[in-house]
Amino acid sequence: MKDIPVIYVRNLVKKFGSFTANDGLDFEVYEGEIFGFLGANGAGKTTALRILSGLSKPTSGIVRVAGFDAGNEAEQIKRNIGYMSQRFSLYEDLTVKENIMLFGGIYGLRKREITGKTADLLSRLSFEEYGDRLIASLPPGLKQKLAFSVAVLHDPKIVFLDEPTGGVDPLTRRQFWELIYESASRGITVFVTTHYMDEAEYCDRISIMSEGRIVALDTPENLKKQYNAVSIDEVFVKIARSPEKIV
Amino acid sequence: MKRFFGFVKKEFLHIFRDFRTLIILFGIPASQILIFGFVISTDIENAGIAFLDLSKDEISTGISDRICSSGFFSRTADLAGYEEADRVMKSGRAKAVIIFPAGFGREFLSGRQTTISIIADGSEPNTATLITSYASAIISDFNREYTAPGMTAPLPVQPEVRMFYNPGLKSHYMFVPGVITLILILICALMTSITIAREKEFGTMEVLLVSPLKPSQIIIGKVMPYFFLSFINVIVILLLSWLVFDLPVRGSLALLLAETMLYIMMSLSLGILISTFTANMQQAIFISLIGLMLPTILLSGFIFPIENMPKIYDVLSSVLPPRYFIVIIKNLMIKGKSFSYVWKETLILTLMTIVFLGISIRNFKIRLE
Amino acid sequence: MRTILFLIRKEFLQIFRDRMIGKAIFAVPLVQMLILVPAVTFEIREVKLCIIDMDMTSESRKLIGQLEGSTFFRVSHSTFSENEARNLLDKNRYDLILRIPGGFGRDIGNRNPAAIHASINAINATTAQLSWAYLNGVIHDYNLNIIADNPGSIATAGIIPRTEITNRFWYNENLVYSHYMLPGILAILVTAIGFLLAGLNLVKEKEAGTIEQINVTPIRKHQFITGKMVPFIIIGLFDLALGLALGKLVFRIPFEGSIGLFFLCAAIFMISVLGIALFISNFSSSQQQFMFVAYFFMMILILMSGIFTPFESMPSWAIKFNMANPMAYLIRINRMIMLKGSGFRDIYRDIASLAVLAVIFTAFAVRRYRKTA
Repeated sequence: MKDIPVIYVRNLVKKFGSFTANDGLDFEVYEGEIFGFLGANGAGKTTALRILSGLSKPTSGIVRVAGFDAGNEAEQIKRNIGYMSQRFSLYEDLTVKENIMLFGGIYGLRKREITGKTADLLSRLSFEEYGDRLIASLPPGLKQKLAFSVAVLHDPKIVFLDEPTGGVDPLTRRQFWELIYESASRGITVFVTTHYMDEAEYCDRISIMSEGRIVALDTPENLKKQYNAVSIDEVFVKIARSPEKIV
Repeated sequence: MKRFFGFVKKEFLHIFRDFRTLIILFGIPASQILIFGFVISTDIENAGIAFLDLSKDEISTGISDRICSSGFFSRTADLAGYEEADRVMKSGRAKAVIIFPAGFGREFLSGRQTTISIIADGSEPNTATLITSYASAIISDFNREYTAPGMTAPLPVQPEVRMFYNPGLKSHYMFVPGVITLILILICALMTSITIAREKEFGTMEVLLVSPLKPSQIIIGKVMPYFFLSFINVIVILLLSWLVFDLPVRGSLALLLAETMLYIMMSLSLGILISTFTANMQQAIFISLIGLMLPTILLSGFIFPIENMPKIYDVLSSVLPPRYFIVIIKNLMIKGKSFSYVWKETLILTLMTIVFLGISIRNFKIRLE
Repeated sequence: MRTILFLIRKEFLQIFRDRMIGKAIFAVPLVQMLILVPAVTFEIREVKLCIIDMDMTSESRKLIGQLEGSTFFRVSHSTFSENEARNLLDKNRYDLILRIPGGFGRDIGNRNPAAIHASINAINATTAQLSWAYLNGVIHDYNLNIIADNPGSIATAGIIPRTEITNRFWYNENLVYSHYMLPGILAILVTAIGFLLAGLNLVKEKEAGTIEQINVTPIRKHQFITGKMVPFIIIGLFDLALGLALGKLVFRIPFEGSIGLFFLCAAIFMISVLGIALFISNFSSSQQQFMFVAYFFMMILILMSGIFTPFESMPSWAIKFNMANPMAYLIRINRMIMLKGSGFRDIYRDIASLAVLAVIFTAFAVRRYRKTA
């Protein structure tokens, strides 16, 4: 099972005018994996993630997600993925239940199914009393957990998370990662970008991006060994300082 | 003070950076002036007319040809029977049907009384009135020419007329003041209310309020760019009306510009006022656009004279600032009068500005406390 | 189809969650209609007339009497000072000054042509022309009276027309302005609301970032646009229905034609207008920007549509432009169906053109909406 790539990327290039945001990326992500995308702001993580989730077209290269080509089969990809952006993007002026109903409906779930899943989801997050509250009135931590749960509501093959824990306290981040593990255990592949180095330790494999290129890609353990570091943070610092930035 | 100028500069950049917005800002007055100048006219030209000629003789065709060659009308149908009249007007092909009864020419030449019927489409009252009066005039002319030459005599009373202020009877004299009034209040009130509502909606107002700038400085900084933009707009309109429509400012230009600044200030205060009781941009837009647009167009005397309206509208429209400004521009620009003719209107606009600002400050303080 | 229903439900929830907007979309058009319709008239109620009678003979007083008897004129001031009269005209207190020079009565008695001078405030050219026409009418009658009083003395043939012209107005016999304006004003209000709400709604999703969450779902483009249109079509038609009902109650507006046909046309119209609105909002990145562009286009569409002034008096380029102006079709169709009772057979061409516009604009909106950049 572990060797089937659900994401397959070869020589991905994305240019915005003369600016090259992604410069020849190569990687695979396997089914059930938690794959971390690390890098400073502006390294090109979000650009790559947007291409993988069908929001943006690659300039050149092969990008296959869930068996479909990101260049011309973006809509088929969207059927098989979930997505959560760094900007919180549930409808603030709808209630929790109304948001779930909407996104469930868009993914073609039946009303009965949605009602069942809603109850399930709310109890799992111990959210029951918030069901009829407007999203705008929820604290940020709750919003984020909810957004993730909505992103995996339709049991996608892969879920893309773009800096999902930005601006959240450590305890909530911990709880958030529990949700991620729980989804991964259900067989959902998780693709997550972050700039929190400690979060990288939770991933099965990580890739480190810098200036549009992947400069390192392996399991956290192997990377630490390779760079002779005690933490990923240290790995990152060492890579950033090395003049040639080789793979 | 330096901080304040920095802030004003930022606000200016914010607007002028967006090229599209700028084009629109100047495109709006220009296109409106041109539309009003060339499209909006109550005159009749080539109105469709159908004829039901049951006589088909020299006289009846003479009259119908005369009607059609006047430039006001064009013949769109010749009917075979009375029952077709309804159809041809229902489909909108003809605005009126002119009917010559059987034997019309014979009766006419024999000097007996004859009758021509004009049936006009009353669903457009103004057009209907104009069509019937134009057609009647043409027919009367035709009559007079058929009268034996020696029989005509001067009428006992012959009225002469002088059309004051607008001898050429051009419609520009109405719409240029109207367009200035309309554009200024909409752009100023709309833009101001949206800009401030935006800061509220995105929570950036809080950030500004905790800055060392005073609330009044923030508001002034926000509205200042619109003040300049509107002022430039006025100059564009005045130039256009002078160059394209040959309508110069007859009175004091300095006074006109000063009054314009007063009106702009009034509109900006109205915008600020709207923003103090709306929670988000959508509400601000709704109130300032949908709430202001039609009343300003229709009740200010811009297209439809207030004197023609039922009495109550004299009172209703007295709360609308555009009504006073239109009077001011007409006096200064077209009649070429001095300040003594507009001091009352000026005073009213000044009072309105003060009241709007006063209420805004009160609302603003309540919110802050 | 189910997806669209979910989207429509969401839009309605959002619209009515904003209490102010939820109320305003019904209250604002109806209140404005009630207030504005009676005000909008070209019909002159009364011309304020100031008379300078330098003659003071029975002849001049007879003329004044006839003017006073006319329903159009209100003779409310007499003076002997030209300056005072001129000043009153300047101050807008009077619309018309009529000067009867000395010797007026003598001239009439001697059967010489007698002159009188009218000065009219002509800033509003239409009103000035109408006032002049009314004045001429009264003088014409006065002339006829003089001639009738002196049979044989003055040749009569030039004045008494041998051809009588009878006027009749169909569909609106008394030329009631409210019947004419109400369909138009209603159309403007419904358009403005649909245009603004739908357009702003889409831009708002962009600003809030929620559109990205939608774009990453397998939703189809046409589903999304349909979901954005239908709620505003329904609101627009609902507003229209309320407005009509109110118009019937308050202004006794006739409704000659088929209500079904009327709403069919209105629905097609709403689609085309919303198509334009969504097309514009696809270009705009902020609500402010959308506002500018929307205001610009709405103004042009409304003013060009022939709502205030007859279609016939426009130059030919304007008439050509109006072939792509949904508003122009709606105004025309509304008046035809409501006042004239025109049926499908009478207006099928306009309906077909409007439908073509609806398809084109909607196609633009759908095409312009990009799920993948």
